[in-house]
Amino acid sequence: MSVVAKNAEASHAADAHEGDYLTHSRGFLSWALTLDHKRIGIMYLIGVMTSFLVGGILALMIRAELLTPTQLFLTNKQFNQVFTLHGAIMVFLFIIPSVPAALGNFLVPLMLGAKDVAFPRLNLCSFYLWVVGLIFFIACLLITGLDTGWTFYTPYSTTTEGPVAWATMGAFILGFSSIFTGLNFIVTINTMRPPGMTWFKMPLFLWATYSTAIIQVLATPVLGITLLLLTAERLFQIGIFDPRWNGDPVAFQHFFWFYSHPAVYIMILPAMGIISELMSVHSHKTIFGYTLIAYSSVAIALFGFLVWGHHMFTSGMADVTTIVFSALTFSVSIPSAIKVFNWLATMYKGTVQLTTPMCYALNFLFLFTIGGLTGLFLGALSADRHLHDTYFVVAHFHYVMMGGTLVAFVGGIFHWWPKMVGKMYNELWGQISCLFVFIGFNLTFLPQFVMGTRGMPRRYARYLPEFQDLHIMSSTGAFILGFGLFIALGVLIHSLMRGRKAPRNPWGGATLEWHCSSPPPHYNFASAPTVNEPYDYTPLAYHDEEHGWEYHQPNVRPTPSQSHPVIAKS
Amino acid sequence: MSTTSHAAGSEHDSQGHHGFSHPMPVWQLLAVFAALIVLTALTVFQSKFDLGNLEVWLSLFIATVKASLVILFFMHMIHDKPLNVIVFMGSFIFVALFLGFVLMDAHGYKDVVEPQEAPPAATTP
Amino acid sequence: MSATEVLDAPHHAEHGEHHHNPFQAHHFDDPEQQYDAGKLGIWLFLVTEVLFFSGMFCAYAMYRSLHPEVWEFSSRFLNPTLGAFNTGVLLFSSLTMAWGVRCAQLRQAKGLAICLTLTLGCASIFLGVKAIEYSHKWDLGLLPASMYTIQSTVTEHHEGISKWLVIFSIIPALCLAGFVGWWVWAWSNNKKAIADIAGPFAITAACYFLGVLFGMFFESGGDKEAHGPMAAVAHATVAHDSHEAHDEHATVGGSAGGHGTANAADASVDKPGGAGLFFSIYYCMTGVHALHIIGGMVVLAWLLVRATKNHFNEEYFGPVDYVGLYWHLVDLIWIYLFPLLYLIT
Repeated sequence: MSVVAKNAEASHAADAHEGDYLTHSRGFLSWALTLDHKRIGIMYLIGVMTSFLVGGILALMIRAELLTPTQLFLTNKQFNQVFTLHGAIMVFLFIIPSVPAALGNFLVPLMLGAKDVAFPRLNLCSFYLWVVGLIFFIACLLITGLDTGWTFYTPYSTTTEGPVAWATMGAFILGFSSIFTGLNFIVTINTMRPPGMTWFKMPLFLWATYSTAIIQVLATPVLGITLLLLTAERLFQIGIFDPRWNGDPVAFQHFFWFYSHPAVYIMILPAMGIISELMSVHSHKTIFGYTLIAYSSVAIALFGFLVWGHHMFTSGMADVTTIVFSALTFSVSIPSAIKVFNWLATMYKGTVQLTTPMCYALNFLFLFTIGGLTGLFLGALSADRHLHDTYFVVAHFHYVMMGGTLVAFVGGIFHWWPKMVGKMYNELWGQISCLFVFIGFNLTFLPQFVMGTRGMPRRYARYLPEFQDLHIMSSTGAFILGFGLFIALGVLIHSLMRGRKAPRNPWGGATLEWHCSSPPPHYNFASAPTVNEPYDYTPLAYHDEEHGWEYHQPNVRPTPSQSHPVIAKS
Repeated sequence: MSTTSHAAGSEHDSQGHHGFSHPMPVWQLLAVFAALIVLTALTVFQSKFDLGNLEVWLSLFIATVKASLVILFFMHMIHDKPLNVIVFMGSFIFVALFLGFVLMDAHGYKDVVEPQEAPPAATTP
Repeated sequence: MSATEVLDAPHHAEHGEHHHNPFQAHHFDDPEQQYDAGKLGIWLFLVTEVLFFSGMFCAYAMYRSLHPEVWEFSSRFLNPTLGAFNTGVLLFSSLTMAWGVRCAQLRQAKGLAICLTLTLGCASIFLGVKAIEYSHKWDLGLLPASMYTIQSTVTEHHEGISKWLVIFSIIPALCLAGFVGWWVWAWSNNKKAIADIAGPFAITAACYFLGVLFGMFFESGGDKEAHGPMAAVAHATVAHDSHEAHDEHATVGGSAGGHGTANAADASVDKPGGAGLFFSIYYCMTGVHALHIIGGMVVLAWLLVRATKNHFNEEYFGPVDYVGLYWHLVDLIWIYLFPLLYLIT
């Protein structure tokens, strides 16, 4: 850093007249070949939202089919294909890249005070790998017949007809996209922190992203080799997972869940990072227990590697292994609970403003807590014998994945939308969308807990008539939920066209991304910002004429520091 | 190791480096290569004796010594930052975790697995 | 991005005599930060590689510990001489790679080009030997589970050049012809810069055939006379060292005769779900490793092109170092594969 410190050079405030990152250059190629992390983040955002739309439509098809115990409009085979694609698209194309790749790409360098991620070309490469993976999944959709479930369990996946190899290669490629994103973030956070940005001055979203990246780098390669072996199994019948040749299907499940359980934390950790930001900013109060939240993110990432066996309690694992995994499973609830308590304590005696992002954050808190606590039932061996592969499991992971990650993702989009596009949105309609999501979500999945405990198995197209009332409730809820999300989308699109210009700092956040204009300039910071406490709101005051928050003492406002050579494009 | 770093350091000064490149001295590269070849010969040699269960552990031990030489010298880990060392070595902890649990489980349930092809008469007791 | 160079100038002015490095990316403060970022990046990538291979090592450990007799039976079809030879080749390529990094750090562009050519050549030799090993096994029906031929039923012994070897050699032959032609063209048109690239590439392609020759020499091992039903098995075992081959031959002979307990044990593993599974794992491990070799050759070729353009110096040698680390990792994996696959008794 001594070299850096010596580079005292006057600032070139050239970015003032070159426009923001959106208007910096124009044309299709300026987006398709961009190395700017913000543009890549926006492209990811559009991509994952489109995937979510497709996966969501498939989900509504499932719920519509389940309105009646007998066939409505999908045959058994088609039903299997629809839920398989729903799961695979939602997991591989939507949730895993949603927060880290879309919001993370946009925010990590901004929050860190860096000009870009460490490897911009790798970042773009990772986006195009995601696109290639998407093409493979579109191929599956067009070929039809993929009916293995998103888990590709052998020996069914090696014997069934349908484009299993396409799907596994697609997931393999998406895995590399995810690895490269994670690798980029670890290196960025480790080597590109500006002077003054110590580990414990980093926003908690960065801690969460860093922990996520650790999992992405360590776990995803195992999925890669598993899917590669499965593809070889499909193409050459190599037999490693196939009992016909003395192969071991339980080994496949071990391989698969060694990745896929940590992947659950790839999905939820960044969402927790978002909530840490939202809770503190919209309560205008310093986050409670910063250090504990930071450490609990890393702890979740590491504990997440120890519990994969709880997906396999009924798969024929040895007794002793099931007991070990069950015991370890409970340990992972501790860091999650630490976070929830800290968020509650953050709101306590804070100035809570029920803005749209805060509504979504509260929504998250409620839904994630239910999802997390029902996970404990499933982690207990005796209860899991009864509940395994029932709607109880379905409801549990939707509460965590959808009530947790999706709701946090939407909240995060509302929170950073003014920063991304420079436009404000209609608060009232945003809050209404949150209400619909809340009601619709609980109506969809609470009945599923009841059905699960009563023995309704998952992944069945037909069911006993006594479950019909609960299924109708659930389906109604799903459509209300879908409607709520459409309102949210409408609010965002409306703001793009009609929204008023966003101020620099609409919420009163103190992290670095609020220090640059909305939308940010092409190189983020004309000069490296002074790093202050990320959750210290005392020097901020609301300015009526700007509709945003500003530092009330001009000398506290970040001044150009004497550290970085200034980069500007002439 | 002091002479080594000194040799590397003096070369580096004469070339006017910025302080982050550590060229390995040629003699060190050649010595490591010679050691690797000797160890390869040793492992081939030990495989000719029937050491029973010990054999796999011995050959793995020799392989690990070879791997350590490659990591320390060819991959410059002795000059690397502690973080990079932790990152790379950390991966082996997760490999151990993965292998440990899967092997423990596979041996736990092997008695309940029925072989698909019936064993021939000669081996059934 | 050229504008960024200008703006980095103040920083470099301080270091006086050093000309500005055209490969410094705009978002890094100085060459050292760029190098450190790249270094951490490549170590993380190696971590992913280690975990990627760990899946196959896990499958290996599972089946070997559950079925040691399968491993004992199947390993005799692998030729430790070839394995040891290839180990030596890869170790030497690691040496030249490490030496190449040193050359890059010391601005020895010529030395770097020579080291990279040697590394590429060794990689080719390795692949040539592997081509011999694979084609030989495929001729014998030593294939993954579903395609495995029960060895006690193998009747014919392949003579002459394997068709698989011919198929493997098509691409290297085309490369050789292309690169030699390119080199001759560059030479006759006095384009030395291009000849400096085409020459090493031609040598690399030629080395594949050198590897094939070495492989043929070690694989044949002088037992051309072996024929008959179990000759294939015997053939493979003779390629072991001689005193062991004697025992093995006795075992196999007994098996063909159809009496004794040892042969019955062999028969119980000489099947798709036994030895076939071994070969599934063998092909997965060595195949993925060979793909990594080929991938490494592509990036080495890219480095070679850059080395001839004199891109590397004591401030900017990152790419050579990173590719070197990757190459050593590929070597490391082979260091484990060799005793685990070839040296089981």
